[in-house]
Amino acid sequence: MVSRFKEALDSGKFVITSEVAPPKGTNLEKLLHHIDLLKDKVDGINVTDHQSSVMRFPSLGGCLAIKERGGEPIMQMTCRDRNRLALEADLLLAYSRDITNVLCLTGDAVPVGDHKEAKGVFDLDSLQLLKTIRQLTSGQDLGGNNLEGAVEFCAGAIVTPEAQPIEPQLIKFEKKVEVGAEFFQTQAIYDLENFRKFMEYARQFNVKILAGIVLASSARMAKYMTENVPGIFVPQDLIDELASVPKEEMLAKGIEIAGRTIAALKKDSICDGVHIMAIGREEVVPDILTAAGL
Amino acid sequence: MKSITKQKSPDEIQQSLEGLDRVFIVGCGTCTTMTKTGGTEQVAEMKEHLQELGKRVTGWTVISTACDDMTEVSMKENKQAIGSADCILSMSCALGVHRMNLYIDKPIIPALDTLFIAVEDSPGYFREACAQCGQCLLGETAGICPITACHKGLINGPCGGTNNGKCEVDKEKDCAWTLIYQRLEEQGRLDLMRKYQPPRNHHIVPKPRAVRI
Repeated sequence: MVSRFKEALDSGKFVITSEVAPPKGTNLEKLLHHIDLLKDKVDGINVTDHQSSVMRFPSLGGCLAIKERGGEPIMQMTCRDRNRLALEADLLLAYSRDITNVLCLTGDAVPVGDHKEAKGVFDLDSLQLLKTIRQLTSGQDLGGNNLEGAVEFCAGAIVTPEAQPIEPQLIKFEKKVEVGAEFFQTQAIYDLENFRKFMEYARQFNVKILAGIVLASSARMAKYMTENVPGIFVPQDLIDELASVPKEEMLAKGIEIAGRTIAALKKDSICDGVHIMAIGREEVVPDILTAAGL
Repeated sequence: MKSITKQKSPDEIQQSLEGLDRVFIVGCGTCTTMTKTGGTEQVAEMKEHLQELGKRVTGWTVISTACDDMTEVSMKENKQAIGSADCILSMSCALGVHRMNLYIDKPIIPALDTLFIAVEDSPGYFREACAQCGQCLLGETAGICPITACHKGLINGPCGGTNNGKCEVDKEKDCAWTLIYQRLEEQGRLDLMRKYQPPRNHHIVPKPRAVRI
């Protein structure tokens, strides 16, 4: 059965996804609140997978919660913590519970997280995980054995349009397309001109691209991201714009900027949709959508 | 090629030697001499340190190369002093410990941790070059090993953590895939980077790995 998210991608509409982060622990109150807030406003909700290598409630668990509440989950799956057997098994479990959208990621490095002495697995990489999904869909596992019961997934990946140098990233992007990525959610983009150039290139491939919108909630955060987060570039005029308002109004300014960016992407049909990452401020995602006129 | 080691903490060494009061110390004249972790000087310092702890050092030696058959000769030469010791404290790399284990029944306690096998790129700069993975990709990666040079050992291109040619785990470290890209481009062989690399076989030689020639 084709997922609701896949249907949205294929419909030609401007697709909106957002994401929620599971808690460290079993108190799901906040997670469920965020799910309830988003589920009827977006076409899919990503659930992060131990983001930044910090151990949390699992992505699959968050996806189950979304299903239970009638939302449409996109399961983020990194290759950092599971070998190929565990990844395949979790995909089978996901499919059995009607979780059929998967975002395939390599995963952050172990030492950036909170279990610094753990073994980084990386038995597969993001490309090989995409290909594994295709193999499972064909009815076989990676051992070449037949599966009892078919699976079908809408599989996607990420791309970083601001990476420097960009060429190695584009080669990997094309390899991801070749092994069957159907959609891409990009790393945060702030520089529309640069993103426009990326899209002119990306349009030659038959994939859907959702631009990553990260809410810059303060000038300090924007500056930190541009200086420290790989693949994120925030133009100085945006940092200045955030800094131009009093501290208590910065969040509202960040929402305005995010909304404005989304509106511009949609108006000129630059890409196929957006993926909104509010990073801890999920409750303002509806405000971002309002600011975007959606 | 050198075996890179670092000395264990004095506390850990002391704990390992609990109940072992008579100690014979073995250093190595090759790798651990070069890395200043187990040469004559460090063996002498260790002797002094152990004596301060109240241990009796029955003797010491620095085998010219502790991982080959010189070790057997050395063990025979020092039979008496080793015989009167409760254990050997090894200041060679783990390969030396394994070698000594062939000839000595007494406990052999490593004073060093063996970190990796390195090549010396420039004087004093040692880099892990080969993880002995059994599936050499160097012909397709412009001679730069993605298994050892990429933090995640990725074989299909860079991850999203690369930033201005550096690695997400350390801003001082080069991103292996940026280097591979640049070198393949210079060689006019970028098509190699476009090739899909399937998941690796981690059992080319099943563990425990051994071969008879």
